[in-house]
Amino acid sequence: MLGYIFRRLLGIIPVLLGISLLVFTLLRTIPGDPAIIILGERSTPEQRAALRTKLKLDRPLYLNFEGGNVLESQYVTYITNFATGDFGDSIKTRQAISKELKERFPATIELALSALLIAVVVGVTTGVVSATKRGSLLDAGSMIVALLGVSIPIFWLGLMMQYLFSVKLKWLDPSLRLDTSLHGTFKPITGLYLLDGLLLGRFDITANAFKHLIMPSLALATVPLASIARMTRSAMLEVLYQDYIRTARAKGLSARITILRHGLRNALIPVITVIGLQLGFLLGGAVLTETVFSWPGIGRWLLDGILARDYPVVQSGVMFVSLVFVLINTLVDISYRFFDPRIQFK
Amino acid sequence: MATTEPTITNKPTSDQALLLRKPRSLWSDARRRLLSSTVGLMGMTICAFLFAIAIITPIVQPLDQTLNRDTANKLQPPSWLMSQEERADAAKKSIDKARKDTPWGLFERPFGTDQLGRDIFIRVLHGAPISLTVGTFAVVLAVIFGSLLGLVSGFFGGIIDTITTWLMDILLAFPSILLAIALTAISNNRESFSYKFSQQITNLPILQTIFDPPLFNAMLAVAVIEVPIFGRIARAAVLSVRNQEYIHAAEAVGVSRIRMLMRHILPNSLTPILVQMTLSVASSITSVAALGFLGLGAQPPRPEWGSMLSTAREYVGTGQWWYALFPGIAIMLTVLGFNLLGDGLRDALDPRLKH
Repeated sequence: MLGYIFRRLLGIIPVLLGISLLVFTLLRTIPGDPAIIILGERSTPEQRAALRTKLKLDRPLYLNFEGGNVLESQYVTYITNFATGDFGDSIKTRQAISKELKERFPATIELALSALLIAVVVGVTTGVVSATKRGSLLDAGSMIVALLGVSIPIFWLGLMMQYLFSVKLKWLDPSLRLDTSLHGTFKPITGLYLLDGLLLGRFDITANAFKHLIMPSLALATVPLASIARMTRSAMLEVLYQDYIRTARAKGLSARITILRHGLRNALIPVITVIGLQLGFLLGGAVLTETVFSWPGIGRWLLDGILARDYPVVQSGVMFVSLVFVLINTLVDISYRFFDPRIQFK
Repeated sequence: MATTEPTITNKPTSDQALLLRKPRSLWSDARRRLLSSTVGLMGMTICAFLFAIAIITPIVQPLDQTLNRDTANKLQPPSWLMSQEERADAAKKSIDKARKDTPWGLFERPFGTDQLGRDIFIRVLHGAPISLTVGTFAVVLAVIFGSLLGLVSGFFGGIIDTITTWLMDILLAFPSILLAIALTAISNNRESFSYKFSQQITNLPILQTIFDPPLFNAMLAVAVIEVPIFGRIARAAVLSVRNQEYIHAAEAVGVSRIRMLMRHILPNSLTPILVQMTLSVASSITSVAALGFLGLGAQPPRPEWGSMLSTAREYVGTGQWWYALFPGIAIMLTVLGFNLLGDGLRDALDPRLKH
């Protein structure tokens, strides 16, 4: 078991190396000179050259074959720095990337986790109820809604929610994480404002953060919710016709215990796979949701970074997101054992 | 009714029935199952409806960006929501002088008008050929490259397999929308090869009405992010049929490797690829629309649904909901149609997977 986990974690390294090569190469192919972007069109060639030296952009790309240390190249600097936790500075804002990451990652995590919570709770419940009431109006209705849910473009859903709940009904706030008046009135502990408000005893912050969070997390939750509901339903249907379910009922267990303890537990494996896959979607799909709701998270930050050729931001940001994504998928794989002891590891 | 030979009943036994039945191929069986499933039928109906719109619209009313602009009637709500006086008023101030005295009908502008006074209904209809072509093209490209990669890597194994699997793992571990954004940003440089290439393509007679260079590049980017999905499916399919007896039989009679791949393995791996193709058309259409929404895909005035939403976004805050509502419904309906069709196909082609 430990050996298996170790081998799986080791297997992450080549994938991450590949991603780093891909990001690095892609960014260098995006047209536009970062020196001109920072200094403006009217800067002199000398100024640009000086800045390139300062940012080490004058070094060879992959390996240095021009004499001196072979490893003195942009790519090698990038991966060794990343591995040692030195993410560099943003070219555009000149802030340390680790600092920006620290501000923005919790925003995305808060959004992704609340969306995941909604998706799992509502999705699994809907799936179980649909499966046990197979063929009923409730089943048909919720599966139609689920199909609509997978088909809905989330950026459009976000716009429509903004119109309905902020413009028309004025219940919720259309953008950002907090009202601007609350910014700077407290020192974040976890960076998750819902939690910070509770920890600091500032319930006004929790309430305000909730009003800002609810719409983007609902919009982001739609697609995962629908997939989880569909997957739970079909996995439950498969399980509910097994002999051991009949045995459980025959020996006098209540319907509730049969369905939850004997049914759902065995239906969980495919559901967990879907949940794991959806977590990746939540991290990546946040780009669109964060754009629509001006949510100051990682997705929007990376998008701006790509458009502004902010090499360090995109390099470190994408590596970071991919690392999280690959780690989650590996953990999901490993967790199968926990949910299904029949699975043996080679 | 007594028969002359009482030992033999008139009705054939079930075994005989099987023998007497007209032989049916896998495909005719699948077609029968598809036509008898509600999901598949609904999907087919929606898709057929959309394709009909996509073909008919440009023929009946070719899109002319300069016409259809009623600048006096900017951002009018759907005409069926206007009062009679408002409709008469709209006709009176309309640029179209001939229409001055006949008030707008109830369905004169069924989806309202946009910031230039254009009929949103007409523009949404013209979005259909764009999105359907873009989605189909992207998937066809992804299928060709993806399944070739998957087939080769599954069939030959060894170092080829290790490298292709590694490449696919990388592409799959990369947040796909970000990859699409980066690829589109790269290829939309006017100096780049890809931009010049897409300019050549988008100057061709019919393609011109569908693509502009940024949209073409967005489509290519979406094709790239779909490649590993097909690669994986094709590889898994090859691995599952490789050790079947009929493959060994073909091997034993000396069938060449290429012929084996094309004639024996590919057709038997086709079912999951076909199902995924339908589902991928749906996700490609959403992705291209998302790129358009971010301003990276189709450029205005091209009536691509995503880029329409990108403009409409500015008017949501001021209460012109209809501008964003209808292009979004169009995307959703299209994606829904292909998702339903994909589900129906899966049930029809592989009854073992039926839930």
